[in-house]
Amino acid sequence: MSLIEVKNLTKIYHDGEVETPALRGVSLDIEDGEFVAIMGPSGSGKSTLLHILGFLDKHTAGDYRFGGKALADYTEEEVARFRNEEMGFIFQTFNLLRRTNVLENVKLPLLYSGVKPQLWEEKAIAAIKTVGMDHRLNHEPSQLSGGEQQRAAIARAIVNNPKVIFADEPTGNLDSKSGGQVMETIEKLHENGNTIILITHETYTAEYAQRIIRLKDGLIENDERVKQRRHPANHKFIK
Amino acid sequence: MSYYYIFKTALAGLKTNLLRSVLTLLGIVIGITAIILVMSLGQGAQNLILSQIQSIGPKVIAIAPGRQPKGPTDIIATFTDSLKEEDFKELSKKINIPHAAKIMPIVFGSQTIAYGSETYRPTIFGVTDFFAEIYDIYPFEGRLFTDEEVKSNADVVIIGSKVKDELFGDEDAIGKRAKIKGRNFRIIGVLPQTGQVSFLNFDEVAFIPYTTAQQYIFGIKFFHRIVIEADAEENVAQTVENIKITLRNSHNITDPEKDDFFVETQAEALETVSSITDILKLFLAAMAAISLLVGGIGIMNIMLVSVTERTREIGLRKAVGATEKNILFQFLFEAIVLTVSGGVIGIALGALFSFSVSLVLGRYLGLGWEFVFPISAVILGLGVSTLVGLVFGIYPARQASLKSPIEALRYE
Repeated sequence: MSLIEVKNLTKIYHDGEVETPALRGVSLDIEDGEFVAIMGPSGSGKSTLLHILGFLDKHTAGDYRFGGKALADYTEEEVARFRNEEMGFIFQTFNLLRRTNVLENVKLPLLYSGVKPQLWEEKAIAAIKTVGMDHRLNHEPSQLSGGEQQRAAIARAIVNNPKVIFADEPTGNLDSKSGGQVMETIEKLHENGNTIILITHETYTAEYAQRIIRLKDGLIENDERVKQRRHPANHKFIK
Repeated sequence: MSYYYIFKTALAGLKTNLLRSVLTLLGIVIGITAIILVMSLGQGAQNLILSQIQSIGPKVIAIAPGRQPKGPTDIIATFTDSLKEEDFKELSKKINIPHAAKIMPIVFGSQTIAYGSETYRPTIFGVTDFFAEIYDIYPFEGRLFTDEEVKSNADVVIIGSKVKDELFGDEDAIGKRAKIKGRNFRIIGVLPQTGQVSFLNFDEVAFIPYTTAQQYIFGIKFFHRIVIEADAEENVAQTVENIKITLRNSHNITDPEKDDFFVETQAEALETVSSITDILKLFLAAMAAISLLVGGIGIMNIMLVSVTERTREIGLRKAVGATEKNILFQFLFEAIVLTVSGGVIGIALGALFSFSVSLVLGRYLGLGWEFVFPISAVILGLGVSTLVGLVFGIYPARQASLKSPIEALRYE
């Protein structure tokens, strides 16, 4: 059994009378520990797919199982707990709380978890160390560079040790140097055993993954393993 | 997530928009201050009025001419001459009113009193020495009337402190003669300064025997009031009945509806006045409640703005594991923290203002006004402010909790 099993998934957005199909029958499996990049032009349905996979949105038809269970099997509170314990999200626009320092931002998922409050600080600092941001604990987002903000956001995504990290264009708002650092961090999470599902429209970024799924007009156009992965240390291809 | 951390989150949310929070708070502060002020001052005023009525003593029964006024505009009903010398004689008989300890007729009116070139126009009361006991006011210089002086229409007068000051200044007044309506009255007593007691300012009155007042000053044969004191408090009701029967007999009235007099006890007066002041208090509190309503709507408005503004924050919180309940409580707590802190500040301000007012009234206006701060006002203030937060916070909080995480994250 794969960690993620998707069969004939469709998603139709309704805006009044107008129906916009975003996914028109997508099937795929993702294994535990895999690093998958989902690519495609804008409007291809890649973000919609990520949101459904991350239990942030509901699909219209088809079947999606995470760890053998479907969204419909859970109550609202269980879904929230699921997002809290099993999934971590990284966004293009970071989504850090303003006027709130890095440490408090990273603690946020712990607030909603079953983790004892005495352990929050320790866990948050550990996550911040993983992304190499421990020198910026008390900085607020406005005092950080884009790359630093995204690394803080990554620390928030991993603080509760989730199984899967969903990254939606994590380097989209960054220059290539900061983007490289962020990808380096994400690869480190992969090496630590996390499943990574990355959305990008840049081939360069997608080449860090083990597998690239290309979407077009709501359908899978191509699903293949990456023959030459880009190496996170020097961002050159692995020989 | 424990409520403690939701509460902390709510506080942090408010701190992020400190100025806005404080301004929103103002609406509640003003509303609660107004309510506290009204309740505290209202209670103070009520206590003052009631204590003045109570100073007359619970055994005193007053008989007034005319029928009982049916409303504030029916005052004319009381200006009749139905209480005659004959009635006084009947009421004085032990056989008619067995529990009467004392009886005193009263006539009154405004009249000029002159000493040398100084004149003053006090209210002149025609009474017996019993007035001192009823109103608990005794001359601090001189003496009361004797029975002999009352019987013989003597020209003697007891004057209030202001009358004495106006006519005599620092001079000694006792034994001097002052003119009322061309007659020379000997000053036999001066009352101490008391200020307002039972709707009367005893500093601005003069007491003379009722016989003298009827015959020489007002030229009337009836009384404005007859006052009877029962021998014991438990006999007041019986005495009231005896008075009614006696007067109906002497006036040949068979239908109580046609009474040309009315009898009032202090208990009734207390009841009437406290019911009036209760209504006034309620009315004022209702006015204050309107400002609270406005404050509550302000809270709702700001919370709705805040929810829209923080759509992304809500989406993020949901993405990292917040449940609908977590979000609902976060925003509800924000509203309640706002209103309750407004309530606490309002209670403190209300108490402070009320205390200042009572200080001014008591010290500078010489009223026997006491600062009252009813604990019920504090409980009401806190209760109402919590309720306002709940009522006006629940809708925005619900709007926040129902946001889909993805809609929220997409919001720009």
